[in-house]
Amino acid sequence: MANAAGIDARAAAWLERREEGLSESDEAALQAWLSGSLANRVAYWRLKAAWERADRLAALRGAEKNSAARMRSFLPLLVKIAAVMIVVAGAGVLGVTYLSRPSDRLYSTPVGGHETVRFADGTRVELNTNTIIRARMTTGQRILWLEKGEAYFQVKHDALHPLVVMAGDHRVTDLGTKFLMRRDPSRLEVAVLEGRVWFDVPDAESARTSLPLSEGQVAIATGPKVSLERQSMRALDNAISWRRGVLVFRDTTLADAAAEFNRYNRERLVIPDPAIAYIKIGGIFQATNVGAFTEVAEDVLGLTVHRHGNEIVISR
Amino acid sequence: MVEKTEQGRDGSTRPDAQMNASEVEAWFVREVLPLEAILMRYLRHNWRGQSDIEDLRQEIYVRVCEAAFRQLPDAAKPFVFTTARNLLITRARAGHVIPIEMVGDLDALGVAIDTPGPDRSAIAREELRRLQAALDRLPARARQAVILKKIDGLTRREIAARMGITEATVSEHLAAGMSALAGILYGEPADLGHKP
Repeated sequence: MANAAGIDARAAAWLERREEGLSESDEAALQAWLSGSLANRVAYWRLKAAWERADRLAALRGAEKNSAARMRSFLPLLVKIAAVMIVVAGAGVLGVTYLSRPSDRLYSTPVGGHETVRFADGTRVELNTNTIIRARMTTGQRILWLEKGEAYFQVKHDALHPLVVMAGDHRVTDLGTKFLMRRDPSRLEVAVLEGRVWFDVPDAESARTSLPLSEGQVAIATGPKVSLERQSMRALDNAISWRRGVLVFRDTTLADAAAEFNRYNRERLVIPDPAIAYIKIGGIFQATNVGAFTEVAEDVLGLTVHRHGNEIVISR
Repeated sequence: MVEKTEQGRDGSTRPDAQMNASEVEAWFVREVLPLEAILMRYLRHNWRGQSDIEDLRQEIYVRVCEAAFRQLPDAAKPFVFTTARNLLITRARAGHVIPIEMVGDLDALGVAIDTPGPDRSAIAREELRRLQAALDRLPARARQAVILKKIDGLTRREIAARMGITEATVSEHLAAGMSALAGILYGEPADLGHKP
């Protein structure tokens, strides 16, 4: 067993670096270090928990500046007025308000990664594979940006400071809730698993359309177009099965299943033949175990699997 | 159409890993870390070599989490302390160090184990007071770096500029502060009046 102080120092150094943002290769190195030994992982968890507790110290910000206190008390009203104006004025103004700041924090996962971020306010965000979240969580403001990927939000509701998640020009405002957001290059999906949210969509005329979404509702936005559907809780549970590290397929085409696997793995599944791309399958797979999937293709479906470098081609 | 439910699960999951890392982490942070103060006291009382107490703590955490990856224990407290006792016995037998008084008395300890941990309902103000007290005990440079980071919300670069030191040195101070904070926040009783 390696010496605890040494591991502790390594874990602390990693955590500190991670807060400043890690490159993809650094992130991979961190994951490798964590997987290297359970002692590493536990030391990392322990320091992370303590360091997150220390986030509460932010409450002391400006505490000594009593002279500013009187001025400060007017601020919330001004902010509210400003907020109303922003809603009326629409997306153009929002862009200005939500510009990136150096104090924003970045959280990211590599391909195949899965990470839970706990904020000081009690909000939990779980990042799925290949995801980036930017966070501005201060005492007065709670804004998250889903820059790419997929995340599951469990929000500690605070009516005075609703949590806002931005995804491009789209905006989700929490009304006490758990929801899932997935952002692909041309498509945004918002699914509400509990409670309600407001879903704001930019219009062509730079106005905004606000849609209330409630439990079981799924909104799929492609640009300004939005379609709504209702899904069973079972289907929604399957949609967040990645939290357990598994993919659940029911009546899923081989092509869709392959696309799902490709989100979690560096090896790419390719199915060039449309005749087999639409074969439907069902099953539960570990997201990072492409082998189990190709075995099904070979043994159960009688297909041929060939490897070409990083590509795995499934054909007849 | 082929229904091949459970194939992946049977064929791929390691037989001994039922829980995923974030579940174990959440359990560890929620159930085990709050026990650290009484665990450390237990170790100090029952182990002569004070220098390797932290190694013992680490080993106990690893064993506890190893088990948790298979299945989360129903009750964390008895599990952690049984693990601790077994480890001390094994170590004592291996002749590393002779324990002062090999307390087989988990029962006697039971009193201590059942002492309520930090009051979960009191939280915000009490927690803040505790954090401030912990902060006050950090080495001066580490404290300053942590204050600039956590209270003023500055980035590493801004802290370096403010303190007039390199970013690498800021990293070292922050890492040291992080380690020390964890030791104080988890390793010591919430009531600072009690000396460990």
